[in-house]
Amino acid sequence: MAHDIAVAATGENDHIGIVRDWSADKQVFGVPWGKAMMWIFLLSDTFIFSCFLTAYMTVRMSAVEPWPNASEVFALTLFGHHLPLILIAIMTFVLITSSGTMAMAVNFAYRRDRRKTALMLLFTIILGASFVGMQAFEWTKLIVDEGIRPWGNPLGAAQFGATFFMITGFHGLHVSAGVIYLAVVARKVLRGDYDRNGRYHNVEIAGLYWHFVDLVWVFIFAFYYLW
Amino acid sequence: MAQSGQQHPIGIYLKIWALLFILSALSYTVDILQLEGYLRWSLILLFMLLKAGLIVAVFMHMMWERLALVYTILLPPLSLLVLIGLMAVEADYTFLTRLFFFHDGG
Repeated sequence: MAHDIAVAATGENDHIGIVRDWSADKQVFGVPWGKAMMWIFLLSDTFIFSCFLTAYMTVRMSAVEPWPNASEVFALTLFGHHLPLILIAIMTFVLITSSGTMAMAVNFAYRRDRRKTALMLLFTIILGASFVGMQAFEWTKLIVDEGIRPWGNPLGAAQFGATFFMITGFHGLHVSAGVIYLAVVARKVLRGDYDRNGRYHNVEIAGLYWHFVDLVWVFIFAFYYLW
Repeated sequence: MAQSGQQHPIGIYLKIWALLFILSALSYTVDILQLEGYLRWSLILLFMLLKAGLIVAVFMHMMWERLALVYTILLPPLSLLVLIGLMAVEADYTFLTRLFFFHDGG
């Protein structure tokens, strides 16, 4: 059925509204079930990433050897200029841009604009894939050129490598999975599936996942690369 | 067909997008200028929280959702503050123990 959204909640949206939503004889959340479940999955994912970042805080605070300076480790020399952290900055801008194109895709989806939705999804996929590509380049540089391993590195505290590969690796996996997920959704959009079954909110659900990946990167960027 | 889902003017997304760009550039500037100490940490945290807030509120449409959903998703992560506090104490203890036994010769 196309109209599983007919449960959309109405009425005031304050503390009384909360009580009514939870106590009425109906679904609590006035959203398609897929969207509620995506939010709950993202909540669980929040805890996973938070555990990684908290573990990183713990090992960094308790390390007795000096922590390698991320600003220098991730520096690149471009066109004869030595630029600190430049690759990570570019990756950050690429991911934010992909979040922007994703938001546009969701918007066009609700306008029932099939071609523009697919086009924006395609941009998002390309940006996401290039993010993963840059991450592969970064890992290669760290492993091959700088000799950084999960169990140790020549620059200082061994925990640097362990947390780096764990956290960015897990985030990179999320981006890769997101690229595949978006490709599946884009194909369905192009094929007109959502025109037939009316489930254009599936684009919004995919968007939630994609924005979450960007959101996690905001925290990794701040705590791992800038701190 | 009844309009459902989140529909908002496209302009708001473009504005938030621009804001996120500016905030990212600002946090990168913190590193370029080599700011140190509390100034560095507070600026990093400020820009991080602003970016996270904008993404969740606008891109993920939280500001337009029912409070029943908003609270279900946004309140549980607050419990992480307890974990962070506990682990900070634990890390401090480990650090002092390591110094005591491995460096100062216990």
